[in-house]
Amino acid sequence: MNVLGSIIVPMAKCGIDENGECVTEYPFWPARAELLYGGIAALIIFALLFKFAWPQMKKSLADRTARIQKELDDAAADETAAGAEAAQIRQALGDIEAERARILAEADAQAAAVLTDGRARLEAELADLRAKAEADIASARSRSTDELRSEISRLSSAAVDHVVRGSLDEGTHQQLIESFIARVGAAS
Amino acid sequence: MSDARIDGYAKALFEVAVAEGTIDEVEDELFRFARSFESSDALRSALTDEQIPVAKRQAIIEDLLGGKATTTTVQLVSMVVGAGRGRELPAIIDRLVARASSSKNLEVAEVRTAVALTDDQQARLAAALANATGKQLNLKVVVDPSVIGGIVATVGDTVIDGSVRTRIDQLKSRL
Repeated sequence: MNVLGSIIVPMAKCGIDENGECVTEYPFWPARAELLYGGIAALIIFALLFKFAWPQMKKSLADRTARIQKELDDAAADETAAGAEAAQIRQALGDIEAERARILAEADAQAAAVLTDGRARLEAELADLRAKAEADIASARSRSTDELRSEISRLSSAAVDHVVRGSLDEGTHQQLIESFIARVGAAS
Repeated sequence: MSDARIDGYAKALFEVAVAEGTIDEVEDELFRFARSFESSDALRSALTDEQIPVAKRQAIIEDLLGGKATTTTVQLVSMVVGAGRGRELPAIIDRLVARASSSKNLEVAEVRTAVALTDDQQARLAAALANATGKQLNLKVVVDPSVIGGIVATVGDTVIDGSVRTRIDQLKSRL
């Protein structure tokens, strides 16, 4: 006896048919007619379901399949697009890297040029400053020499003045006057 | 001051001196005064300062020349200063001296010396300069200490320089 039988059989009770005989009745097991009618009704229901509901279900399933397929296709397309975009991004990254390298190279070149130019200008300015300093030194030397010469000349002149004036007595004055008169007279 | 005005003043002074019969003395005194005027900054400032009243400037002239020059000389100088022509006094006097010399067919010979010349020296110098230039000269001697020694004679445009000052200057320029 299976499990169902072990549940149903204990619940069976005796029914009296028209012949007065005990007929075992099970609470969950219908009568034969009821089984027949029920079976036919079930077949009709199944037929109706197959007739009217199945196409809708089939269509619904087809739609669902199509929708899922479409979603799969969309997902594939999205994946492809994402892959393309990823490729573009990777390419862009590569371009950026190349641009970065180019900019760095250009900056290096410009820096080198600026450095070279600055060094050249600095050297030129240093040369100018050196030349100017040498010219200033030469000028100062010349000026000092001139001033010294001028001072010597001034002192010498003052000394000559002093000595000559001191040596000019009355006799010398008269001698100079007589000498001048004689010279002018001789010139005629 | 224009040449014409200087000439005008010189002519007026000359005519006054001639009229007074003292042209020789006046000419000589004025010449000396002109040289003193040129060499003295104080005298030049006093006689040309417009802030000093004319009467006071004329009083200065009286003090300076009174008793040392003829009255005509004092009055002529006073007149020029009083007219406000003190600055032109040397030019006017030089023009007067030239006019006076010219009237006697003489040319002015300005002689600068460090010490005064004796009359004999002036006569010999005048003769020597006359012989040298071929002109009859009216000798005007100026004692100028800046000459230091010797003589500087100027006759017209000719300068005969025998001064110690010039020799010292030449020596200085060589130094």
